[in-house]
Order: sequence, then C-alpha cells, then structure tokens
Amino acid sequence: MKKTSFIFIVLSLLALIAGAIFGALAGIQYVKPDFLKEVIAFNKMRPFHVSTVLGWIILCSTGGIYYYITEVLKLNLFSKKLAGVHLVLFILCAIAIYVSFATGKMGGREYFAYAPIISLPILFGWILFGINYFKTVVKQIKGWPVYLWMWGTGIAFMIYHLGETNFWMIPYFRENFIKDFTIQWKSYGSLAGCWNMLVYGTAIFLMSRIKNDDNIGKGKKAFFFYFLGLFNLMLGWAHHTYIVPTQPWVRFLSYGVSMTEWIILISIIIDWKKSLSAEKKKLNNMSYKFLMATDFWVFFNLIVALLISIPYINLFTHGTHITVAHSMGTTIGINTTILLASVFYIVNLEDKVQLNKHIKILKLGYWVFNISLGVFLTCLLLGGVEKSVWMYFTDKPSSFGQMQDKIQPYMYVFLTAGFGLLIGILIVASPMLNILVRKYKHST
Amino acid sequence: MIALVAMFAIYNVIVYTQGTSNSTPKMSEKALKGEQLYQENNCTACHQFYGLGGYLGPDLTNIISNKYKGPTYVNAFLNSGIKSMPQFNFTEEEKDALVQFLTEVDQTGYYPIKDAEKEANGWVRIKYKNQ
Repeated sequence: MKKTSFIFIVLSLLALIAGAIFGALAGIQYVKPDFLKEVIAFNKMRPFHVSTVLGWIILCSTGGIYYYITEVLKLNLFSKKLAGVHLVLFILCAIAIYVSFATGKMGGREYFAYAPIISLPILFGWILFGINYFKTVVKQIKGWPVYLWMWGTGIAFMIYHLGETNFWMIPYFRENFIKDFTIQWKSYGSLAGCWNMLVYGTAIFLMSRIKNDDNIGKGKKAFFFYFLGLFNLMLGWAHHTYIVPTQPWVRFLSYGVSMTEWIILISIIIDWKKSLSAEKKKLNNMSYKFLMATDFWVFFNLIVALLISIPYINLFTHGTHITVAHSMGTTIGINTTILLASVFYIVNLEDKVQLNKHIKILKLGYWVFNISLGVFLTCLLLGGVEKSVWMYFTDKPSSFGQMQDKIQPYMYVFLTAGFGLLIGILIVASPMLNILVRKYKHST
Repeated sequence: MIALVAMFAIYNVIVYTQGTSNSTPKMSEKALKGEQLYQENNCTACHQFYGLGGYLGPDLTNIISNKYKGPTYVNAFLNSGIKSMPQFNFTEEEKDALVQFLTEVDQTGYYPIKDAEKEANGWVRIKYKNQ
C-alpha cells in the first residue's frame, strides 16, 4: 500500500511544480498578452494552471490519507485493489484533462474547464476512495478523532458537490442564467470547503502526531471547529454571490456563517505551538516550520476573508484582485504549506538521514517561498484597490484597458514574485521527490 | 447524523427552488447556443459575469446595455484577436448567438452595483433589474 501512497504524493509534487510553471507562464501573458498567444492562449493556459494546482491539493491530501491510515494508524486497508483502481483512474483523468485543454475540447466552466464527460470517472474515483476509507475506518476505530471525521466528511461531500458542479447540464438549471450561475458558485464554494476538510484534517493529524498527543484531535475545541467548518461548507458559499440577484436570505445566512470560520483553527494552532516542546520541534523541523508558515498565512487570510465577507466591503472588493489575493492566499499560503508539512512528515518518517542532508537548501526554499508569497499577495491587494477605485470611485471612468495599464507596475512585481514562488517550490519539492522515488523503488 | 443529512437535503432543495428563484425569463434557444460557444471557448478564463471569472478581460454582465459598447461593438470585437483576445473565427450566426447570450445575461441584473443601499449592520441591498 505504501507504493500507492508514494505514487499519489510523487504525482502531487510533480503537479505542484507543473502548476507553478503554468502559473508563471500565465503571469507573463497577463503583462505581455502576445506571449505564447498562438501556441497556448490565456484561455487555455489558465485552466492548465488551475486544474494542475487543484490536482496537487487533491493528490497530496489523498496520498497522505492513504499513508496515514495504513502506515501510521496501522489499519488494514479494506481493499488495496480499490486503491490501485482509484490511482489509475485519477491518472487517466489527469491525462484526459490535459488532452481536453490541448485540443480545445473544453466544457468552459470556471475551475472545471475540461470536457464535462471527464467528471464521471473523477466522481467514480471519489466513490471508490469513499468506499475504501469508510470500510477501513468504521470497523477498526471507535471514538474517531476529529481528523478522521474531517477526512470522511471531505470525501462524502466532495462526491455530492462534484455532482452539483454538473447540474448545469440539466435544463431546469441551464435555462435560467441566475439559477445556473448561483448553483455553479454554490458548488465551488462547497468544494473548497471539502478540500479544506481534507487539508485541515491533515493539519490536525500532523499536530497530534508531532506532539504525540491524540487529545488534540479529540478535544471539544477541535470538534467545535469541525462543526463550524461543516456549516461553512454547507451554508457559507453564498458570500461568493452577494452581488448576484438571488433571494436575500440565502446571502444573509451566508454572511452570518462566514463570520465564524477562521477563528477556531488559529486558536488550535496557537495552543499547539505554545505547548510543544523544543525537542519535538527539532525532531520534525521542516514539517513544524511549514505548519508555522500556515499559522502566519492563516492570520493574513483571516483578516482578508473576514473583511471581504462583510457585504458592505465585499461590494467594493468583489471582482477585483483582492478576491484573488484571498483565494491564492488560501490555496498557497494555507493549503500548500499544510500539504508540504505533510510530505515533510512522511519523508522524515521514511528517511530522516537523507532529509537532514538537504536541510540547509530546504530552509532556503522555505524563505524564498514565503517571502515571494508575501510580495505576491501584496501586489494583488494593491492591484485590487486600484481596480475598485476604477469601478466605484472615479467620476469619469476610463476604459478597462487603461485601468489594466495603471495596475501593470504591480503586476510586474507580482510576476517576479510568482517566479520566486516557483523557485521556492522547486527548491523544496525536488529533494523530497528524490527521496520518495528512491523509497518507492525499495518499498514492497 | 441522519438529522444533519436531512437538514442539508432540505436546505439544498429550498436553494435549488425558492432560494435561487428570480424573475428572469428562460433563456432562448439562440442564447443557449451562445452560452455553449462561450463555454467551449473558455471565455470565463478572462471575462467575468457579476464579478466572477477571469481578470484579463472586462466584466461582461452589462456590456450590451453599456452606452459606450453595445451589440455592434461586441460583434465587431469577437473575431478581432486584439490584445489578449485569441484569434477566434466565429461565423456570423455564432456571433449573433453570442451577442444574444450577452443580451439575455444583461437583462438579469446590474454589475457593478454603484447605487446599492448600504446598511449599518454591514448588509447591502442590491438592485434588481426585473422589479
């Protein structure tokens, strides 16, 4: 089973690197529209970037869950064959998605731009994962810690909301633009909640393992946080659509729910940091470092997310680069740092000696990654403020092109920081890829 | 757990029916064809509706009713291939369908909503087009 977990994680690291390369190329196109326009125009480059980065999050959290339940929790997996089919199915889907983009046979929905038929095998893969996960965990563990609930919830809701992303093919939804558009963004908001369940579950698992204290995953606060996350997953989506003319109660409910989301996670991480001994920090140095980076980026996103979830502020930030700063801050600053911490934890368990040989370069990569991310997000926020001023506070509105020209200096720095992120990711991911591939060859 | 699942199911049914109900008429066949073209060419990578989508091109929610733009402007722009726009080769029929789609989207509401009513509790009353 170890081999299957390793393949998921190795593929996820490759997806992270490829996603960052696509992102850097798309960034060049943002400031130089003619760049590669005849080969891969932006309408294809962006989905390559988005889908590949989503692949990183999904594959890494999935590989981690398989590894943790079999190698750390020592549970007997219900079916290794099912896990193998799940892996092969996801690899085939990834190839099909790339072919879909390359040939221009696209479904063209935001975040799910690939040909819609590919959603079917992806959905089937999640169902297989769900069967394997629940059949493994339900019988062998009583009194589940919160991370098992979070992983299970993420998988179950992912199946439902992936289906929901395709409701647009049903005439009842498709024929009414507002209904279709709202449900589309409902499903996306909830899907983000689903992978957050997988990733935050991994964060809590790591914290409990590094501290060697299972109470972290069993405390009242952890479960309170879990239920808040669950309510946000189910009800909080409408903060994406405050502007869309749906019924006010849907948006008002979301406003209330959205205000609750981040506070508990940060308090859990702070409590954990305070109580962790210096010795345990040293034992899992890189894993700990990346969880601390998560801590910082949670603070950043906490502030941005809370502010833009207030409709009064959202009115001015919606549709600007401030929203992008929030979404990229979450996927890179929080999800990616947690998942890198997860990979470091696994690599540390597998081959601590090899990992320690790379520690200096890894620390360099860590700082390049985090400083670049800080600059990257600052540029997006500044660009967003400029766009908002253009949209709402200009008496004589200039053209969209003039507004784009005005924010271009920020976008050049943003692009440079994007390359910095790519370099940081390469420095951090390459040694881990090397170690994991070597361990794969020697594992049974 | 069963209660939670039941609550979620009821909530979803209400959202799918009442929560997303609006006075927008059904899209015409021609507009649906235009929407299909919009998706097949992944226009959302660059453009937005209601501020949701890509950031390389302008928001298209009210492009048709914009006094400086309108259907003729959009029609002329589609195959222009200028700046970041890919070089499309839409037929006249396809261009008409895309313009019809954008026209019917325009009829659903306003974006950006410059005269939304802001309340002291942070809530914003948005402006509806069909009321």
